[in-house]
Amino acid sequence: MTHSTALIHYTLHLADDGLILGHRNSEWTGHGPILEQDIALSNIALDLIGQARNFYQYAAELINIGGLSGPSNISNPAMGPGLSDGPRSPVTEDQLAYLRDGWDFKNCLLVEQGNGDWAKTILRQFLFSAYQTTLYEKLAQSRDKTLAAIAAKSYKEGVYHLRWSSEWVIRLGDGTEESHTRMNNALDELWKFTGELHTAATYELETAAKAISPDLSTLQPLWKEKVKEVFDEAGITYPPSVWMQTGGKEGRHTEHLGYVLAEMQFLQRAYPGCEW
Amino acid sequence: MAENQWPLWEVFIRSKQGLDHKHAGSLHAADAQMAIENARDVYTRRMEGVSIWVVESKYVHASSPDDATSFYEPANDKVYRHPTFYDLPDELKHM
Amino acid sequence: MRVNIHHMSVQDLEKIFQDKIDADIRIEPKDWMPDAYRKTLIRQMSQHAHSEIVGMLPEANWITRAPTLRRKATLIAKVQDEAGHGLYLYAATETLGAGREELLEQLHTGKAKYSSIFNYPTLTWADMGAIGWLVDGAAIMNQVPLCRASYGPYARAMVRICKEESFHQRQGFEILLTLSKGSAGQRRMCQDAIDRWWWPSVMMFGPNDDASPHTAQSMQWKIKRFSNDELRQRFVDICAEQVKILGMTIPDPDLKWNEQRQHYDFGAIDWDEFWNVVKGNGPCNKERLAARVRAHEEGAWVREAATAHAEKRELKKDRA
Repeated sequence: MTHSTALIHYTLHLADDGLILGHRNSEWTGHGPILEQDIALSNIALDLIGQARNFYQYAAELINIGGLSGPSNISNPAMGPGLSDGPRSPVTEDQLAYLRDGWDFKNCLLVEQGNGDWAKTILRQFLFSAYQTTLYEKLAQSRDKTLAAIAAKSYKEGVYHLRWSSEWVIRLGDGTEESHTRMNNALDELWKFTGELHTAATYELETAAKAISPDLSTLQPLWKEKVKEVFDEAGITYPPSVWMQTGGKEGRHTEHLGYVLAEMQFLQRAYPGCEW
Repeated sequence: MAENQWPLWEVFIRSKQGLDHKHAGSLHAADAQMAIENARDVYTRRMEGVSIWVVESKYVHASSPDDATSFYEPANDKVYRHPTFYDLPDELKHM
Repeated sequence: MRVNIHHMSVQDLEKIFQDKIDADIRIEPKDWMPDAYRKTLIRQMSQHAHSEIVGMLPEANWITRAPTLRRKATLIAKVQDEAGHGLYLYAATETLGAGREELLEQLHTGKAKYSSIFNYPTLTWADMGAIGWLVDGAAIMNQVPLCRASYGPYARAMVRICKEESFHQRQGFEILLTLSKGSAGQRRMCQDAIDRWWWPSVMMFGPNDDASPHTAQSMQWKIKRFSNDELRQRFVDICAEQVKILGMTIPDPDLKWNEQRQHYDFGAIDWDEFWNVVKGNGPCNKERLAARVRAHEEGAWVREAATAHAEKRELKKDRA
């Protein structure tokens, strides 16, 4: 794997995390438990999709530059057949989002899990934001100036998401017997997907070695500390070690992603090559 | 039914440094922290603010319209409180 | 001197009230107002609020299928604005003494109405364009005059809403414009959406003036500033021109410029359909209401938990 392929994969991974979680959160728009919170979650969806767009645009730029200097990167099957087939016009953010299949998506498994109830959605956001803020804080120091700039901007948004979701975890954990039970059920469903957050994919090992991305193992203790602190206040027990599911970052997903993509990509697939 | 309703809060927003907080509207929230965040999400989506105050609506005490005449009309004939009341020559500068 | 309203006759109070309105002085929450004015306002404002939140549903239906990232973000922002507009209007209605929970109850039990337009389905992506252009266009035409409504909190909410609404119509037209320049399939989608949304949009202005008995009173109170037919005519005139830019047609064979009237003539409205959709026989009445009820009911435990937590925290603070 060349340096730039790892960088492209890593950038796509960051983009996919944002898009899939933003997409999931946006499923709540119009259906939230109260108007004020409907608006709040839609805001988070917008932030995440905005971050995804920045990363996709950068990935497209890298792919297009690579394509100019030689066809090897762009025709890499890992980029997706939708991108390597046919005439070689410049890749766009939308092609990356709408024309890759599940095995090319590099989001972690956590973000593709279904919304479930408000407790599950909140917990998913919290576990992810706790990871994303520590990641972005470090990524803002990346040797890759573009990634550093996107991370620095996105970090500010992430801090708010973390604050908002932390408060909700505490509210639900502490609130009523029902909300406490629902929070524990959500934890039971989601915990097995948290290990992947700090397990490096092959391209992440490379980007970390080049000081493009932080060493994930250094982020893990920070994440645990934050999660523990909030769980303590919420009256939730930090779960013991369990067998963790991984693979999303390498393109091996749960069944959920296929449906997300089928819905999301429908128009681009049914009417190929159109402007929208 | 109504006891499940989160209390109502009044929202005041400072649109930029140097200006007063101004009433923007109201919203429901379970506590002050949530009210501030809801206000941020509801009333500053288009960069309308740099600072937020919230106060639970039940703590706002208002003058009564019944008192309007006795409250505000007495100020009508106190024109001497306004600078334009004083007749001074045009040659006088910086005053 | 204290003016004690309790010593004044209702006639005197009504005269003072109407004089204020005639002089374009806004009525504020604590001011005396006739019961009928309060009731009419609560009905009108809450209906508008309900329309905003039910109106989120047909568009939210396409958020997960929006064809580009830019369109997806815009659509989320737009539907989110509608939640905001509903919120501003509920808040304004609350100043009249009607709590949001009570108003929602009226919506959920079918006692309160909302705009019938949202009982039509969104079948293709082009519907996002048609809703923005036609439905929001009609709504704006209704709403702009309400920025000068006599009731202060209502007028202020409308000012905020109209300011935010301005991007909605533009994004809708842009969607249609893009489709109109696209493939044959996209152009077909574009025309089909205009065909389906045109008449329901024209109906949004409500019954003809002669069948609208409350208009005179509402206009005297300045909570309605133009009649249904005046606004409808204005809407038709504008759209009949705008559709030319799209190179599409409006599905009305009787639509013709009338030189003498200096307005477009247009065909008869199917009031049978209108009243049927109002009464609950539209294609999506049941689904829309069910979706709102479900969101509210499934949110009950969330709202309770937040209240319980807030109470516990207060208690802890008091003990400390």
